[in-house]
Amino acid sequence: MTAITATATATAAGAATTGAAATATGATAAGAAAHPAERFAALSPATTLLRFATAGSVDDGKSTLVGRLLHDSKSVLADQLEAVEAASRGRGQEAPDLALLTDGLRAEREQGITIDVAYRYFATPRRRFILADTPGHVQYTRNMVTGASTAELTVVLVDARNGVVEQTRRHAAIAALLRVPHVVLAVNKMDLVDYAEPVFAAIAEEFADCAARLGVPEVTAIPVSALAGDNVVEPSARMDWYGGPTVLEHLETVRVAGAPDLLPARFPVQYVIRPQTAEHPDYRGYAGRIEAGSLHVGQEVRVLPSGRTSRISRIDLLGRSVSRAVAPQSVTVLLEDDLDIARGDLIAPAEAAPEPSRDIRATVCHLADQPLTPGRRVLLRHGTRTVRALVRGIDSRLGLDGLTHHPAPDGLGANDIGRVTLRTAEPLPLDAYGDCRPTGAFLLIDPADGTTLTAGMNGDPAAGPGTAGAADVRPC
Amino acid sequence: MTTSVDVVSGTDSPYALSHLDALESEAVHIFREVAGEFERPVILFSGGKDSIVMLHLALKAFAPAAVPFTLLHVDTGHNFPEVLQYRDRTVAEHGLRLHVASVQEYIDRGVLRERPDGTRNPLQTVPLTEAIQQHRFDAVFGGGRRDEEKARAKERVFSLRDEFSQWDPRRQRPELWQLYNGRHAPGEHVRVFPLSNWTELDVWQYIQRECIELPEIYFAHEREVFKRSGMWLTAGEWGGPKAGEETEKRLVRYRTVGDMSCTGAVDSDATTLDAVITEIAASRLTERGATRADDKMSEAAMEDRKREGYF
Repeated sequence: MTAITATATATAAGAATTGAAATATGATAAGAAAHPAERFAALSPATTLLRFATAGSVDDGKSTLVGRLLHDSKSVLADQLEAVEAASRGRGQEAPDLALLTDGLRAEREQGITIDVAYRYFATPRRRFILADTPGHVQYTRNMVTGASTAELTVVLVDARNGVVEQTRRHAAIAALLRVPHVVLAVNKMDLVDYAEPVFAAIAEEFADCAARLGVPEVTAIPVSALAGDNVVEPSARMDWYGGPTVLEHLETVRVAGAPDLLPARFPVQYVIRPQTAEHPDYRGYAGRIEAGSLHVGQEVRVLPSGRTSRISRIDLLGRSVSRAVAPQSVTVLLEDDLDIARGDLIAPAEAAPEPSRDIRATVCHLADQPLTPGRRVLLRHGTRTVRALVRGIDSRLGLDGLTHHPAPDGLGANDIGRVTLRTAEPLPLDAYGDCRPTGAFLLIDPADGTTLTAGMNGDPAAGPGTAGAADVRPC
Repeated sequence: MTTSVDVVSGTDSPYALSHLDALESEAVHIFREVAGEFERPVILFSGGKDSIVMLHLALKAFAPAAVPFTLLHVDTGHNFPEVLQYRDRTVAEHGLRLHVASVQEYIDRGVLRERPDGTRNPLQTVPLTEAIQQHRFDAVFGGGRRDEEKARAKERVFSLRDEFSQWDPRRQRPELWQLYNGRHAPGEHVRVFPLSNWTELDVWQYIQRECIELPEIYFAHEREVFKRSGMWLTAGEWGGPKAGEETEKRLVRYRTVGDMSCTGAVDSDATTLDAVITEIAASRLTERGATRADDKMSEAAMEDRKREGYF
């Protein structure tokens, strides 16, 4: 199911976005033009957090978009701007280069490219944002995967003059593979196509079509000019045919956190808390973070991999006892029975516990320079557990041109995405990644030097929920 | 156009955590990961607000048991006396063990030499790295936040350091989902930053919400200061003022707590947490831009110090 929220035509926009337009006006009046003091004065500690990532090719203007987002939301302070202005002058540039706000390393500034993921922070009265700013080069696919792995939303940038290109499909494919819940298509450089609606509409439609084939759950398309500031923070006066939200408004209003009741609880045990003091002689609590669903006192639970069952007798939420807790809260769980439970175990509802298995079929993105080859012995990190594992076979490699799988018997190189078969030394309770991101994900680690080799997703995440099978990533 | 149109609801899910709850949960998760994976972790504790928040989070993460970490302070010899008192009081109150690495001792032994500008912040690197080797710490918690500085924005939550404590930004491990890889060879260690995703304002809002006590220099008070490189520095035995620098009494407070020789005070009448939060929200300067001389030395000052093993 792909719900497209792109308001690509004037009629559609007029019919459907009355609510969005109203919030747009409100946001402008309250925020965009205001001094930072007024913006923050409205901040309550109860605002929510949105983690999002950006993806774009080298010259799509991604750094400019990020710079514009930070600058126009008044998140850049005077000393940072002065530093950027001084550095821009030093390089002989007339206008401050907003991209310098985000390129933090010496080598990045020298080469004028973004090498590594950087994290940015900004806030509006409605929400706090953590932005994983990822490089666009083909050889940094792994960084895009890194940024997308924790993101609830990805902004894919397209140059309006070029439309959907190979790199755009790659970004969409990665967002689909990693099951990022929301995708925004920012059609940039609208100033260079005379702010023409048909140009935007055609790109939005092509991308929506591609995203639907890839299994991206939801796309919002927005026409912008990062350089001129159209529709990034401020609504554009030059595109009155567009009635949807600006990029910032959409980030502020997109719904985060699902309904934990829809997912069975997943609680990897991190650490056993045993004070053994006079005050707490018998306290034995299992510390961890609820990765999915919710837990409640009285619930019957199963402990994996042993399979023993018990009931939750108490939940401590960082200093107070609660009857119920939800993902992603860090809590301490106490059980009625004295079971042998250690770090690495998983607590799940007795009636909906995953089946531990030693055989894994997964989609992976290989990160390291040394290839992943059949027969290789690795460590596999899942939740709080690390076990030995064997790469039994490389089933296929995803060709990033046509997004189809090809045979790859020899192995996967850096930045390759492919399908592998693994066998672990101990059974692991993995979920299908498409069903549950935190407990469907794993890492492969080099046992010799600890290098993180590979990002793994159990099953075939692009095929949609509940399918740990073998459907292809469909070409688009 | 044939795309169907559907407007996304603007309301948050009733299950969405507040941003402070989300940040707290994430930091607690990081503390527990380290406790579960490492043999000899230590928390860098200076008595500054970030390390105070770190300790508060660690206390919550392991309650009702004790914090399974010791503390380490790198004492520049130019610390604010109020902060040292706070440090010692806190250590005693929670029954913790504190290691102190002293810059002054290194200078007295002739291992380190005083810099011409009198700044001791960069001198902390050697005592820090030697303390890590001497005590064989394998995980070192720091209060660094990615919003502080552009080189810090590139830092991982788990940051692998070699036997010389060096940071190599081009060889960082990718950090996927929240599966932190802490594997390291003997002699190597991991710097861990549980407050990576917090901003200065988050720290202050959390301090307010949790009613955490701070050293009084964070609140407005009268103090003898003098101006150097555009900053108000506290007059004292550490080496200020020099000839030509005049002291005056001003109503000031500190946004950061570091070495007295390079940590500037800001003019302020904020005597309460509410007033401090309002003041920070309105500030046109970043925390480090306003109060840290050592970051202004060059465009890559922090990156270069981090490469050498600075926290």
